[in-house]
Amino acid sequence: MTSATHRSAAEIGRTATGPRPLPPLGSQSPAADLSHVDTTLSNGLRVVAVRKATVPLVEVRVWIPFAGEDKLHPATAEVLAETLLTGTARRDRVEIDAELALIGGDLGTGVDPERLYVTGSALSSGLPTLLDVLGDVFTGATYTDAEVGRERERLIERIAVSRTQPRTIAREALQKQRYGDHPATREVPQASDVEVVTPEQVRALHAASVLPRGSVLVIVGDIDPQTVPADLERALGGWASDRSALRLPALPELTGGNVLLVPRSGAVQSQIRLSAQTVPRTDPRYPSLQLANLAYGGYFSSRLVENIREDKGYTYGAHSGFEFTDQNATVNVDADTANEVTAAALLETRYELGRLGLVPPTADEVESVRQYAIGSLLTSTSSQTGLAGQVMALASTGLGVEWLQEHPARIAAVTGEQVAQAALDFFAPKRFTGVVVGDADLLGPKLTALGDVTVGEEAVGEETAGEQA
Amino acid sequence: MADPELVRFTTDNGLRVVLAPDPTAPVVGVSVHYDVGFRSEPEGLTGFAHLFEHLMFQGSESLEKLAHFRHVQSSGGTFNGSTHPDYTDYFEVLPSAALERALFLEADRMRAPKLTAENLANQIEVVKEEIRLNVRNRPYGGFPWILLPPVLYNTFANAHDGYGAFEDLEGATLEDCAAFFDTFYSPANAVLTVAGDFEVENAKALIEKHFGDVPYRPAPPRRSFAEPAPTSELYGEHQDAHAPLPALAVGYRMPDPINELDGYLAYLVLASVLTDGDGSRLQQRLVHREPLVVDIGAGAGLFGPFEARDPDTFTITAIHPPDVSRERVLAALDEELEKLASTPPDEQELKKVTARWAASLHSEHDRLVSRTLAFGAFELLYGDATLVHRLADRMSAITGEAVSAAAKALRPDSRAVLVIKPANSEGTDQQ
Repeated sequence: MTSATHRSAAEIGRTATGPRPLPPLGSQSPAADLSHVDTTLSNGLRVVAVRKATVPLVEVRVWIPFAGEDKLHPATAEVLAETLLTGTARRDRVEIDAELALIGGDLGTGVDPERLYVTGSALSSGLPTLLDVLGDVFTGATYTDAEVGRERERLIERIAVSRTQPRTIAREALQKQRYGDHPATREVPQASDVEVVTPEQVRALHAASVLPRGSVLVIVGDIDPQTVPADLERALGGWASDRSALRLPALPELTGGNVLLVPRSGAVQSQIRLSAQTVPRTDPRYPSLQLANLAYGGYFSSRLVENIREDKGYTYGAHSGFEFTDQNATVNVDADTANEVTAAALLETRYELGRLGLVPPTADEVESVRQYAIGSLLTSTSSQTGLAGQVMALASTGLGVEWLQEHPARIAAVTGEQVAQAALDFFAPKRFTGVVVGDADLLGPKLTALGDVTVGEEAVGEETAGEQA
Repeated sequence: MADPELVRFTTDNGLRVVLAPDPTAPVVGVSVHYDVGFRSEPEGLTGFAHLFEHLMFQGSESLEKLAHFRHVQSSGGTFNGSTHPDYTDYFEVLPSAALERALFLEADRMRAPKLTAENLANQIEVVKEEIRLNVRNRPYGGFPWILLPPVLYNTFANAHDGYGAFEDLEGATLEDCAAFFDTFYSPANAVLTVAGDFEVENAKALIEKHFGDVPYRPAPPRRSFAEPAPTSELYGEHQDAHAPLPALAVGYRMPDPINELDGYLAYLVLASVLTDGDGSRLQQRLVHREPLVVDIGAGAGLFGPFEARDPDTFTITAIHPPDVSRERVLAALDEELEKLASTPPDEQELKKVTARWAASLHSEHDRLVSRTLAFGAFELLYGDATLVHRLADRMSAITGEAVSAAAKALRPDSRAVLVIKPANSEGTDQQ
C-alpha cells in the first residue's frame, strides 16, 4: 500500500532488548492554595470568588433554583431562559452582544427543572461591564413581545430537533421510568406548551422566580476575591426580594424495578440506561462510593468498559456516573449498543453490577481508582472553566472551596473494606431500574427472555416541526 | 502576562520536541502528533487512519492489552487520541509525578506497538459502534464533515469519508496495519510535546532515555492534496432518516492555511463577523430579523481551524424550517456577503470580533490538554509552536479590506451546496 518494504506486524511488535519496566512515579508538587471569599450579599445571594490568574480572563456562573409545579412552567421557563438576554430598558439585544463582544465576553443561559443558570466569561479587564450587564438583565429584562414571539418559534423548532436525538429520547424515558410525573422529569418542554406561552407569563415568572436569595454566584479568574463582594453589591444590589428562589421538591427514593424496553422502530442502535439511589457528597460514605463507582464503570479502566468494549466490542462507550439533584443523588449507567448485542450487553452490565458487590475491587483496583480520583480532580480544576464548574457544583449543594481542597485527603483515607461495602450496598443489580430504547421487534424476544424487562409504549416526540409550520 | 518560553529541539532519530513549562498547577500534558491523517489513508481503506489510532491503544512490547489505559489512569491521568485530516494525535494529562510514565508509554508504542488480528477485529467492532453512535443513529450525523467534502472535492484524499465505510473497515488486514505503521509512525514523522509542571533539563533527560533508541526511519515524502477549485456551483443532497428539519451546508475553498496564514485568518474574522453573537450579520438577519433559519454558523476546517494543510474548507451551515426554501437562505447569504465585499466592516465591528477571539484563545489555552495539543499541531503543521502565542495579535491585525476581499471570494459559482432532506419531506422542497 504505502511502503514498498515494511516489516510484518510481529516484527514491529518486538525489539532486540525486549520489554522494559514501567518507571516509578516521580515526586508530586502540591496543588496551589486557592485564595477565595465565600460570603452572602445583602440581597441574599451567596457569592464564591476564587483567584486563579492563569490567563487574563474571568469566569462567572449563576445558579438560581427555579422549580415550578405549574403545567406550563417548563415551557415558560425555557422561553424565559432564551429571552433573558434579549433586552433591558438600557440595552437592546444587539447592544448587549456588542458590549460583551468588546470585552471579549459571552453570556449564555439555560434552564432545567431544578435551576436557571447563567454562564459568562470575559477578559478580566471587562469584569465591571460583565457584572453591569448581569445586574441589568436580572433587574430589568424586558421580554418584548417581538423577542418572545421569535424565540418561542425557534424553541419549537429546536425541541423538534432535540426529540430526534437518541440520547434525549432515552433520557426522557429514563426520567419517566424513575420518577413518574415528578416535576424533575420535565426537562424538555412540550412544543404545544411553548406555543401558548405569552410575554406576560414570562415577565411574571421572572418577577416571581428570578431571585437572589437562595441563589449562588461563582466567579473564578484573574481577580482579587477580596474586592469582588463590594463590586457585586454595586452591580447586583438592586436585584432584591424578600422571597427565596424556589427549590425542587424532594425526589422520590429509587427502590429498583424492571427495565422498560421503550420501542423506537428502525433504530440501528439501542440506548441502555440504568439508575439506582445513592447518597450525596456530604454523606460520609460518599468517598468510598465514588471509588466503587469508578471501579464499576466510572473510568476507562473499569470493569464495565473492559468487559463490554475492550473484551467484547459491544459498544463505543459505556459509563457510570453520579447525578446530583438538589440533595438527592443517584448513580446512572449508560451504554449505546448495536441491536444484535443489546441483550448481551445488558446481561454483562447486570453481571458486573452483581460481581462488584460479590467479588469486590482488589487492592490494585482500589489504588488505581484512588489515584485516578485524586489526579482527575487536579486536572479538572487546573483551568478557570473547570474550577468554576467544580466550585459551582459544590456551592449549589451548600458546600465550599474547602470541601474541594479537603477531598483528596478523604479519598486517600478510604479503605478497601469501605469500597467493598459501598459496592454491596449501592451497586446490587436489584437496586437498579431503567430503560432500553431501541427496535422492539428485534430486541424484545431476547430482552424479555433475560427477565425483569417489560415492553413499553413507542417513544416518539409528540410533535414534529412539519405539523407546527 | 508574559508568554512562557518554549524550548524546541530535534532528537537524533528525527523526533521534534516542544517543551512548554508552566508551574501554575501540578499537572503535565504529553502529546505525540503523527504527520498522517485521514487524507493520507490508502484508497479502498477509508477510515483506516482512525481505526489505526484505536489500535495504538491496544498494547505494545512492554504493555499488555489494556495496560496503557490502566497505567495512565492509575497514575491519576486521563488520555485520548483523535484523527484529523492531516494528523493523528495521542495525549495524556496527568499529575506531574507521572511525567516519566507518560513518556514511557508513548515511546513504547512508537517503538514497538503490538498489532494483533484479535485486537484489529475487536477495534473494527468498536469503531463501527462509534460510527453508529455519531453518524448513523443520530440526526445530522456527519453533517457537514463527512457529507460536504464529496460535494466540494474530487480527489479521493479530499472527498472520502474519514470515518470509513463498514466494508472497508471490515476488510482491513494486519498487513495493512504493518505497512501503515512503518510508513507513517516513525519518530521523524512525529512531534512530541510536554506542557505544564516540569523542569526542562529533567524532561530532556527523560525524553532521551525513553525515545532515544527508537530507531530512525525516514519520514515519508509529504504529499500534496491540491486540486482545482470548483468552476461552477456544485450540488449534493442527503436523505437523513432522523433529521426533523431540512439543513444545508455551503462549502468554499479558502487560502492555504500554512503558506497564506494572514489570508486564512481573514476568513476566520469573516466567519465571526457573519455568525458569532446576536449582533453578527447572519444571526441578525437570518435568525432574528427575517427570520429564515433556526440556527446558522460559519467557520474554517472540518473540525475547526488550524488542523489541516491546503486545501481547507470554509463552511456555512444552517438548519431551517421546511416552509423556507434553501434559495431564500442562499440569496440572503449572498446579499450579506455582497455587502461585505463592497463595504469593509468598520473598526468597531472588527474590534468586537478580535476581542472575542483573543478571549477564546486564552480560554482554550488555559486548559492544559488544549494547550498541549495546540503546541504539537502548530509545530507539526506550521513548523513553529510559538505561533500559538502570536495568533491573537495576528488576528487583531486583519484589516477590514482583507475581510472584504475574503467575502468577495465566496462566490456562488465556486462553491458546494449540500442539502439535508429529512425523511418524509415530500412537498417541502421548493426546488
